[in-house]
Amino acid sequence: MQWESVIGLELHVQLATRSKIFSGAANRFGARANTQACAVDLGLPGVLPVANEEVIRMAVKFGLAVDANIAKRSVFARKNYFYPDLPKGYQISQYELPIVSAGRIQIRDNGTVREIGITRAHLEEDAGKSVHEGFPGFTGIDLNRAGAPLIEIVSEPELRSAGEAVAYMKKIHSLVRYLEISDGNMQEGSFRCDANVSVRPEGETRLGTRAEIKNINSFRFVEQAINYEISRQIEHIEAGNEVVQETRLFDPDKNETRSMRTKEEANDYRYFPDPDLPPVVIDEDYIETVREQLPELPEQKRRRFMEAYGLSEYDSGYLVASKDTADYFEAAVTVAPGQAKPVANWIMGELGAALNRDNLGISAGKVSADMLAGLLMRIADGTISNNIAKQVFEAMWQGAGSADDIIEKQGLKQVTDTGEIGRLVDEAIAENSAQVQQYRDSPPEKRAKLIGYFVGQVMKKSRGKANPKQVNELLTERLT
Amino acid sequence: MPLDKKEIENIAWLARLTIADRAIAGYTKDLADILALVEQMQSVDTTAIEPLAHPLEIDTQLRPDEVKEEDQRDSFQNIAPLTEDGYYIVPKFIE
Amino acid sequence: MHEYTLMELSRLLREREVSSVELVNAFLHRAEQFNDGLNCFISLFPEHALERARAADGLIAAGEAGPLTGLPVAHKDIFCTAGFKTSCASKMLDNFIAPYNATATERIDAAGSVMIGKTNMDEFAMGSSSETSFYGPVRNPWDTDRVPGGSSGGSACAVSARLVPAATATDTGGSIRQPAALCGVTGLKPTYGRVSRYGMIAYASSLDQGGPITQTAQDAAMLLSAMSGYDRRDATSADVKVDNYLDALNKEIKGLKIGLPREYFSAELERPITDALDGALKLFEQAGASIVDIELPHTELSIPVYYVIASAECSSNLSRYDGVRFGHRCTDPGDIMDLFCRSRSEGFGNEVKRRIMTGTYVLSAGYYDAYYLKAQRLRRLLRDEFRAALEQVDVIVTPTTPTAAFPLGSRLDDPVAMYLSDIYTVSVNLAGLPAISIPAGFSHGLPVGMQIIGNYFREAALLNVAHQYQQMTDWHKRMPGGRQ
Repeated sequence: MQWESVIGLELHVQLATRSKIFSGAANRFGARANTQACAVDLGLPGVLPVANEEVIRMAVKFGLAVDANIAKRSVFARKNYFYPDLPKGYQISQYELPIVSAGRIQIRDNGTVREIGITRAHLEEDAGKSVHEGFPGFTGIDLNRAGAPLIEIVSEPELRSAGEAVAYMKKIHSLVRYLEISDGNMQEGSFRCDANVSVRPEGETRLGTRAEIKNINSFRFVEQAINYEISRQIEHIEAGNEVVQETRLFDPDKNETRSMRTKEEANDYRYFPDPDLPPVVIDEDYIETVREQLPELPEQKRRRFMEAYGLSEYDSGYLVASKDTADYFEAAVTVAPGQAKPVANWIMGELGAALNRDNLGISAGKVSADMLAGLLMRIADGTISNNIAKQVFEAMWQGAGSADDIIEKQGLKQVTDTGEIGRLVDEAIAENSAQVQQYRDSPPEKRAKLIGYFVGQVMKKSRGKANPKQVNELLTERLT
Repeated sequence: MPLDKKEIENIAWLARLTIADRAIAGYTKDLADILALVEQMQSVDTTAIEPLAHPLEIDTQLRPDEVKEEDQRDSFQNIAPLTEDGYYIVPKFIE
Repeated sequence: MHEYTLMELSRLLREREVSSVELVNAFLHRAEQFNDGLNCFISLFPEHALERARAADGLIAAGEAGPLTGLPVAHKDIFCTAGFKTSCASKMLDNFIAPYNATATERIDAAGSVMIGKTNMDEFAMGSSSETSFYGPVRNPWDTDRVPGGSSGGSACAVSARLVPAATATDTGGSIRQPAALCGVTGLKPTYGRVSRYGMIAYASSLDQGGPITQTAQDAAMLLSAMSGYDRRDATSADVKVDNYLDALNKEIKGLKIGLPREYFSAELERPITDALDGALKLFEQAGASIVDIELPHTELSIPVYYVIASAECSSNLSRYDGVRFGHRCTDPGDIMDLFCRSRSEGFGNEVKRRIMTGTYVLSAGYYDAYYLKAQRLRRLLRDEFRAALEQVDVIVTPTTPTAAFPLGSRLDDPVAMYLSDIYTVSVNLAGLPAISIPAGFSHGLPVGMQIIGNYFREAALLNVAHQYQQMTDWHKRMPGGRQ
């Protein structure tokens, strides 16, 4: 039987505010345990939550960016359950009236473009962290993260493969960074994913029973976890069993998901409107003001890159996938006008490879946009060849200074003196008489190919510095 | 409709309360009495009435995004039952 | 000295007839003397109070006194007071020293008052008799075999017995007005949002409101002026100007329209209370007010609606008491569930557990619509009925309670009977309106109260009517016998 997989993602994105969603404590990662948990975050008796206006603005930004409906009136509700790192015994979230609903976003996977529905995006507070190491027989609770603002973005179950799920996740990741509402830092837990996965026979319209895989914290793990889960469910059904609705955890070491053994009875969260927080009410003017302040979004930027710089769809798509890359590109093109295509090629080529090798983000790389532009200008004006440029780039990466410094210090300036090149051409002709004979015996249409050998010889003699165009011209002239 | 023992136990579990077996009968009766009182509400048709969560129907007051709180861990942990190295300590549990 | 009102004591202090230290000593002495019998205080702070009194005397001498400088007050033990035990009359918080102040009491403090102690109450304010306290029942100073009402029974008792001239209290379903009525004192529940709830330990957040218990309406005006006002730490706090309550007291009530809801004068109402109300209405008419019949037809539903909403909110509000970060923790928990369940079961008393159970049930899957949502719809209905009535009249006058103080223990085993003692007060909380209870007579030697309900943020009007009534009567001056 042919199976179709049905995937929906819930992304928990931590918002990059200064203070927490309901308190004036700092929203910052990495402080000593419980030093950034104030009375409100700790749920001490009598204290009250007051919502952070910036959190509302960020949610509206996101909603506008995904063409969603923005609720003029949204309501914070309490989700009641007991957990040691949930201080109040309830999480303040949004339930019936979320601030964002019915949005959509385009994804590209394997060359096809699909639109994925976003059911809703609601605001909520994060819980604290439980530390199981270091306290034999006990668990330590750190509530610094309690009350950190989250926006939970829930997709429609419209993703059909692990690849699509990752493409969607990357698209949202890129978007929240563009909007500057989250740092998207996955190591620090600022961008977490729960995946709802089910399978059904191809052609079936009803949904199969789903498993929820909790808290997957990298793109790669999302792909692995979903693929594992799809295979598991198919094997399970084909062996004559039924999938049970449950929560599962992904174990990256074993590359498998496993059931979370919890108490038998289903959770009953007893949601109700939080009486401490009256509804959040915003008007059309507010929404329009936020809309006017929206930065250029990836799709708009991609179209502009194609039009303004004459880049291909592929190149511009690559560049805008991350805001840092797009910014780097534009900074470089500003310094090196007219060099858009080479800049794009270098970002995708040499620079990309170097960043990958050292596992760095583009803004942390050792060759800045200014430096790359400086290098490409020297190719453009004929000072160095493309090959020498790679050598210069490597030196820049090692911290040897600007392209001009390196070219100067290492004497890499291209040789354009016809006399000097002529001398090397003559040497090459003299040293390779057999090849010269072969060249001269060949019909003209084959000569173009054979000349490459002599170009190589001359370039070698010049240690790459001879202007290849001049070498070619002189060889053609003197070999005849 | 009085609740049975299992329902009482389930509510107690949701509320994280332990109810001794001998106390179950008392809770069953009290809750039955309270629910009978509450049943009076069903005498009015309210389908056309919107629920009211806050008496004044005001909008929420929002707070500027400013850090106002300083570290008061020592003061807060002075009143804590058990802490170590700045952590609140509970029996080990598995997530 | 103890028989003086807050206003009179304030004058004596300003005129240097008495010092704050003398005043505080006198009240502390009475509190220590009578608390064994009445059990109205959970804590007394003689050293702190005397230190504050000495500082107050300095300010008075320097001519820098604020409106309440040097005046002794007591706070219900539901208000967090930094550095002092704040127990909510629960074993759960028996060891809780609040690290911060409630806004309401902090403002009273900033106005110069001297806190002499914290008053006893029903555990977590859940009760109508002040018998559910972990520290034992409060007694009614008029008859110590009877309850003082609740949940602010300690505050009402302490003011009634003149152990303190004024006290703070809170009212979720009648918890200021009902004990004020049963103890023969004045108690005001302000409009929801008038007094900040920050630092006031929550019972039912959409109903809770702090207010004063005093001898007179004038004193209530003094204390309310200090407590009221917008607070950015409470998102439900109202950003509405605070009226000058003292200035409003002396307005004539000529032309005032008083609404009388027939539904409130049912068969369960004790005859002497009806008589007391009739007497009061006659006085109002003599003063030029007119009496208008109004309808509040669904009043009887206010009790079930209240118990659904209050229980639901309390079941969630009290989830934070889990033995992890503060409060009672069971010994040697076997695992995390044992820690939660045992700490909570040991820390909470029966009535609190009963309401948590009720609230958990009405919010649970399958019952939410039939109970919680239904109650919220009826809440709107009840509120709209009040709104309509208050378009016809300036204030509404009702009895505060159907009976005078009942005997200790008589309703403890019958929660529904206990709940019904709030029949005249709960709907005011559901609507979020302000209301005051003032002494209006006696029933078999026990004080009874008259409730005056006003429109939103019209506390000044309530205090005006109450003050005018107190100019014509002396019920509020009567003190419990044998206690002076």
